Amino acid sequence: MGIISRGFGGRRREPQPGLPPGQYLTHDFPVLSAGPTPRIPLDKWNFSIVTETGEKHSWNWAEFTALPAEEFTVDIHCVTKWSKFGTTWKGVALDTLFEDVESAADYTMAHSYGGYTTNVPLDDLLDGKAWVVYEFDGEPLHPEHGGPARLIVPHLYFWKSAKWVNGLQMLNDDEPGFWETGGYHMYGDPWREQRYQGD
Amino acid sequence: MKNRISWRVATVTAARWETSSARTLVLDVPDWPGHLPGQHIDVRLTAEDGYSAQRSYSIASAWSAEAGSPDAGTVELTVQRLDDGEVSPYLTDVVEPGDRIELRGPVGGWFVWREKQTAPVLLIAGGSGVVPLMSMIRARGLARGRQPFRLIYSVRTPEDAAYADELRRRVREDPGLDVHFVYTRKTPDGWPAPPKRIDVATINSHGWPPDFQPDCYVCGPTAFVETAADILVALGHDPKRVRTERFGGA
Ligand SMILES: Cc1cc2nc3c(=O)[nH]c(=O)nc-3n(C[C@H](O)[C@H](O)[C@H](O)COP(=O)(O)OP(=O)(O)OC[C@H]3O[C@@H](n4cnc5c(N)ncnc54)[C@H](O)[C@@H]3O)c2cc1C
Repeated sequence: MGIISRGFGGRRREPQPGLPPGQYLTHDFPVLSAGPTPRIPLDKWNFSIVTETGEKHSWNWAEFTALPAEEFTVDIHCVTKWSKFGTTWKGVALDTLFEDVESAADYTMAHSYGGYTTNVPLDDLLDGKAWVVYEFDGEPLHPEHGGPARLIVPHLYFWKSAKWVNGLQMLNDDEPGFWETGGYHMYGDPWREQRYQGD
Repeated sequence: MKNRISWRVATVTAARWETSSARTLVLDVPDWPGHLPGQHIDVRLTAEDGYSAQRSYSIASAWSAEAGSPDAGTVELTVQRLDDGEVSPYLTDVVEPGDRIELRGPVGGWFVWREKQTAPVLLIAGGSGVVPLMSMIRARGLARGRQPFRLIYSVRTPEDAAYADELRRRVREDPGLDVHFVYTRKTPDGWPAPPKRIDVATINSHGWPPDFQPDCYVCGPTAFVETAADILVALGHDPKRVRTERFGGA
């Protein structure tokens, strides 16, 4: 426990099951990104998985949205301290995208329009743990929130859920992405408060 | 671990009001490693029963690497009070010099300005978003930088402008620094235009042309940042040169 802040009571003391340490609950949907919001026309959109041997699997918008999709509801936790419960998304499970991918690599780097990258271990993307989504709350995903499509990895801090995602590069070794290079944690588990390097 | 960003106990050495609702805290931080303008720290408050709350605050001051500088361990924050907020009213209205506050950082490696950047700089601030941009202006002043700097600073009323006196002084004394205010609710007497929100015309006439390839920094409430960054891209600025920091809120 830290030092006591004289005269600080705190307001949000209702116990909140489902809220990781250091987080507070919000009902709006804050936006976090490092630059302007890219606008990607759907006829230019493409998503690909590139293995460590250079083999490429790719989908255009029509192909992607024709894949079996799932609707799911999850809690999300942003490293800037807000959490939002019960967000509903629709998209394609990574299990579906990896069905025909042959790879022995354990790590991935997600790439986005605009140049953003973030690293996620492959295990954290499979077995129903992650999706590439294109709807939020029954509506097409707004560009501010990562549309046309974004990654959703709800069990990690939300910066791992790359907005405007356009591909995954398989890697034999874990490498830092954009925020990770700036001092954020390589893995980012909100339940262990892995905000920054060394946490 | 070498890179660990660990919690430190800072002591509040002074506090001053910048406006009627924004207050600067001057903190003495032992073993402060130094920071770049634009970086932020995380503050952690702990109640007697162990409940704690954390928030991020940008650093307002510039840091001098000069050995033996008396300011080497000094970090200034400027906090805008949100009336229904949990942490900001505590920092503006309860904390007094002598109190101790836990913080860690500095954090952030993208929304920063480095002296070695030679391009002209356009800073666009909405409300308390001016804080990290002020750190950039101060760092440039400290380094006697010659990079042309322009600040477009949107505030509700003239009374809501933080650092107003210092900005006025710096425009006179720091060569190549320009400041333009946008008033959204009330203008000063004699202002040539009615109150308005930041728009294409403002950024077009008070920013830099895209041809100059300026480095742009936009900071403030999320909606403000979205608007200003979209305008910059629409005017032809390279999105890779537009860095944003969103403080949250509506
Ligand atoms: C990287 C970063 C740097 C920041 N730097 C600064 C800074 O230099 N100075 C500063 O004053 N603040 C800064 N902030 C915002 C700060 O972290 C807090 O969000 C803010 O002080 C509100 O906290 P609170 O506990 O008082 O309000 P909360 O109890 O968290 O929220 C109260 C109400 O205000 C709304 N709200 C939350 N944040 C904002 C906001 N920024 N604007 C408007 N409404 C809001 C919430 O939705 C809620 O309805 C920064 C945020 C980030 C992410």
